[in-house]
Amino acid sequence: MSTPNESTPVPAPTSTSGAAIAVEVTGVGRVFGGRSGAVTALDNVDLTVAAGEFVSLIGPSGCGKSTLMRLIADLDQPTSGTVTVFGKPASVARENHDYGIAFQQAGLLPWRTVQANIELPLELHGTGRAGRAERARELLALVGLSDFGGHLPSQLSGGMQQRVAIARSLAESPSLLLMDEPFGALDEMTRERLQTELLRIRAETGAAVVFVTHSIPEAVYLSDRVVVMSPRPGRVQQILTIGLGAAGDRGEGIREDVQFFDQVGAVREALHGIAPAGRGMDLR
Amino acid sequence: MTSRRPSGRTRAILTGVLGIVALMAVWELYKWLAPDGGVTVGGATVLPRASDTAMPHLWEMAERAGQPVNRSSSAVPLWRAVLEAGAFSFRVAAIGWLVGVVVGFLLAIVMQRFRTARSAVLPWVVLSQTVPLIALAPLVKGWGNKLEFGSFQWEPWMSVAVIASYLAFFPVAVGVLRGLGSPEAVHLDLMRSFGIGWWRTLWRLRLPASVPYLLPALRLAAANAVVGAVVAEVSTGLKGGLGRMIIEFSQAGSSDPAKAWAPIFGAVLVGLVAAGVVALIGLTLRRYRYAEVS
Ligand SMILES: Nc1ncnc2c1ncn2[C@@H]1O[C@H](COP(=O)(O)OP(=O)(O)O)[C@@H](O)[C@H]1O
Ligand SMILES: [Mg+2]
Repeated sequence: MSTPNESTPVPAPTSTSGAAIAVEVTGVGRVFGGRSGAVTALDNVDLTVAAGEFVSLIGPSGCGKSTLMRLIADLDQPTSGTVTVFGKPASVARENHDYGIAFQQAGLLPWRTVQANIELPLELHGTGRAGRAERARELLALVGLSDFGGHLPSQLSGGMQQRVAIARSLAESPSLLLMDEPFGALDEMTRERLQTELLRIRAETGAAVVFVTHSIPEAVYLSDRVVVMSPRPGRVQQILTIGLGAAGDRGEGIREDVQFFDQVGAVREALHGIAPAGRGMDLR
Repeated sequence: MTSRRPSGRTRAILTGVLGIVALMAVWELYKWLAPDGGVTVGGATVLPRASDTAMPHLWEMAERAGQPVNRSSSAVPLWRAVLEAGAFSFRVAAIGWLVGVVVGFLLAIVMQRFRTARSAVLPWVVLSQTVPLIALAPLVKGWGNKLEFGSFQWEPWMSVAVIASYLAFFPVAVGVLRGLGSPEAVHLDLMRSFGIGWWRTLWRLRLPASVPYLLPALRLAAANAVVGAVVAEVSTGLKGGLGRMIIEFSQAGSSDPAKAWAPIFGAVLVGLVAAGVVALIGLTLRRYRYAEVS
């Protein structure tokens, strides 16, 4: 069955075996076979994410963003091509707990307190009680929920639950974070606050991030690179490099910056190149 | 949440008491209003007889409970005889319930684990409940008597417990299977991302998530086990419990109508105690009852 790996208390963020590449996706295709015919969710996708890099996947809904992220997480297997994470097959990386993951739904266990939810991955991987509590305290402070460790998820707002989910994904200090529209269900205010928080967390942890979104400003604000995808079949349309500086230096103010607007424009243009133009897109 | 609990409970108790009082009032009211011979339309009885033989007054039943069971000098009061028989039936039903819960749980887990097991077993689980108890009782008794290993000997009460468990396992198997399948996709993805296997996912996610489905199933199983035990006592002819007592006392019939009602109240009491035990179990699992499913 599942083998609890050697219980290093809380691994420091290390670039595993000196590899400078966090994720390498090569010639990946994914075809879902349904009764009503096959759906090509991804077709011949290549993508490399460097260690410590923040990459957003953007595109109209149904273009395979979630599918690509699930392949990286080894929650699903490609029909063709290979996915490696820190030089290992995705399945090995998953079993080694090389990544932390957060979804659009917080997915907290309702019978566990906030603190116990954050501790869950540590508990499953054999970290001792004291080590877990210590780490949970750090993470609660990091996401600004120090007073809520003893609460149940149902007592928190959606934004707070999402912060707990992010704290949980960070529990084992992973060198790779996978996030599928983690702010998708939140209101604009909360969303912008959490984006800034995520930038800060990322600067502190130095983790690589693969971030799925369909908000252009969100992608530009957060990312080093933005991967624009097109649907039917899901392909990488274009990859844009966002030169807004290191995560730690990006403040709220950057949203008013001319450079920011230029980049938003560039991503929008790339998306408009996709016919039919930006269905289900957030073109603000 | 917690502050509203006590008032909610008080209200539940009040409603319960009110319900019993209302039932008693209806009984006496019917007796007072309806003709002794009941109402028949074209030979079919549409309203039951309200004579003292068919429907003794409540106070007559209460009075009778205080008197000795029979004329023998060593006779205990009726209420005591009923309580003793009730305790006997309760024990047998409880063992049947426990066996049924364990079997139901195991079946549900196997069905959750293997899709083929689900399609192979579930229809039989459902079909099993259509076999009438009357047909089942002699079979179980017959098989039991053939069982023999070492110093173990099949006791007659075991047949009754087996029949009770046969009725109890069904709601547990179906309810727990539903509960084990209730976690959302995001939770299952998360467990997979943690790299834990099926067993640990069962323990950490599926079992806790099944509690809201489990408790109503346990309640149903308890009711089934009590009914099953009492009926099986009758059909296997087991002495000592309420089932036989109901038959014996009703045969005394018209000469002592109030007495016949005593074991029926005993059966109701056993059902209430069983429901109470399940409520206590529910209390210990409080934390997992974030959502109650009926
Ligand atoms: N489990 C699945 N079974 C069948 N089709 C699927 C499955 N998951 C995704 N798809 C299909 O693959 C395509 C891409 O889906 P998805 O990756 O969820 O898109 P996005 O996240 O970009 O909105 C869609 O057409 C969707 O219907
Ligand atoms: Mg998606």
